[in-house]
Amino acid sequence: MCLGVPGRIQDIDDSAALRTGTVDFGGTRREVCLAYVPEAEVGDHVIVHVGFALCVIDEVEAARTWALLEEIAALDDELGASP
Amino acid sequence: MKYLDEYHDDQVARALLHRIEATVTRPWTIMEVCGGQTHTIVREGIDQLLPDAVELVHGPGCPVCVTPLSVIDHALELARRPEVTLCSFGDMLRVPGSSDDLLRARAAGADVRIVYSPLDAVRIAAEEPDRTVVFFAVGFETTAPANATAVRQARDLGLTNFCALIAHVLVPPAMMAILTSPANRVQAFLGPGHVCTVMGWADYTPIASGCRVPVVITGFELVDLLEGILAAVTQLEEGRHEVENHYARAARPDGNPGARQVVEEVFEPCDRAWRGIGVLPSSGLRLRPAFAAFDAARRFPRTGPETREHELCIAGAILQGRAKPDDCAAFGSLCTPEHPLGAPMVSSEGACAAYFAAGRPARQGGDPPV
Repeated sequence: MCLGVPGRIQDIDDSAALRTGTVDFGGTRREVCLAYVPEAEVGDHVIVHVGFALCVIDEVEAARTWALLEEIAALDDELGASP
Repeated sequence: MKYLDEYHDDQVARALLHRIEATVTRPWTIMEVCGGQTHTIVREGIDQLLPDAVELVHGPGCPVCVTPLSVIDHALELARRPEVTLCSFGDMLRVPGSSDDLLRARAAGADVRIVYSPLDAVRIAAEEPDRTVVFFAVGFETTAPANATAVRQARDLGLTNFCALIAHVLVPPAMMAILTSPANRVQAFLGPGHVCTVMGWADYTPIASGCRVPVVITGFELVDLLEGILAAVTQLEEGRHEVENHYARAARPDGNPGARQVVEEVFEPCDRAWRGIGVLPSSGLRLRPAFAAFDAARRFPRTGPETREHELCIAGAILQGRAKPDDCAAFGSLCTPEHPLGAPMVSSEGACAAYFAAGRPARQGGDPPV
């Protein structure tokens, strides 16, 4: 129950009392409450928990972390560390 | 799927493991707080890939597991009332009460319905005015904004046939209880990534500095966990004890202000009993007086007798990191997901269920838990 899953926003409905939208989870689509991600736009990735988006995934931070991790992997490769 | 698949990259995972091996010089015990993290660790075999010096112990972050037996029995009592429709998240249905579970109550005729979102329970109440809808509101800080929003929406819609049985718990008091226990072995925490996504991490700074333990806010995928473990052992080896965020793509210092605001509006802190652990001060949330009309425990006080855990179950020791699932005499034999004795064997976040799903064998003659 406590698991948060990333998905991509397909569409947004701002007309209801609570902001809602359709989120695609790798092919499965669900209606999700977007009330707490007022900044979210179609195409953004959000982390969804019990039908509520908890945050918009920060693409800049994600890319920065990933670049660091790839650097670690490249360095590891260079050192020829044994598996 | 983006933000899932890449975090299973073998090459990056191997490089992180090598870094961990190169960093560790002494034995360290690290607790992952969340059940979601436990499941990734056990499924991927991270605990078995790490150097022997690094031991992972599993934390209390499974809401299904820590919901007290008396509250499960209360939910069963409410479900059996003919006018009540009990709405619950799916993983509560098989959690054993003292003599029954919600799934069997449903088979016996109770109106128990699984909801995906708490708003579904409000919708049912609006669509079926003749039913009294009781929503079983369990969870940590991650679920609190959703549950608070459901209660507020029921009020805004003027629903009188909706109420919630609240068993909300909070992570920081549980971490403090573990650290201050005389039997504590935990030297660092992998902090709860999604709890911090909602709440931020101001509450973790005094824990890290006061108890001198690193708290590394960590995500839920293979690479996330290895990154968190590397950060934790690096702090331990360097003698540091800081809050460090390694879930930067989701968790921000002040969390999600809008989500925090609705939690603050609807809920207030209270003392709360944790299954297997006991009452922890200010470790839960209850409805504020303004929302008392939506409190199922007020509307239908519990009448049943006091309840007792199964005598073989060691869930309490497991939830506090003092024992592991395969230390239990009943693990995999008397206690299985089909016939669970305790909640950690049921939940998708329970440590016992994680061990069972990964095919971990029962340990013969394991040390009895403390």
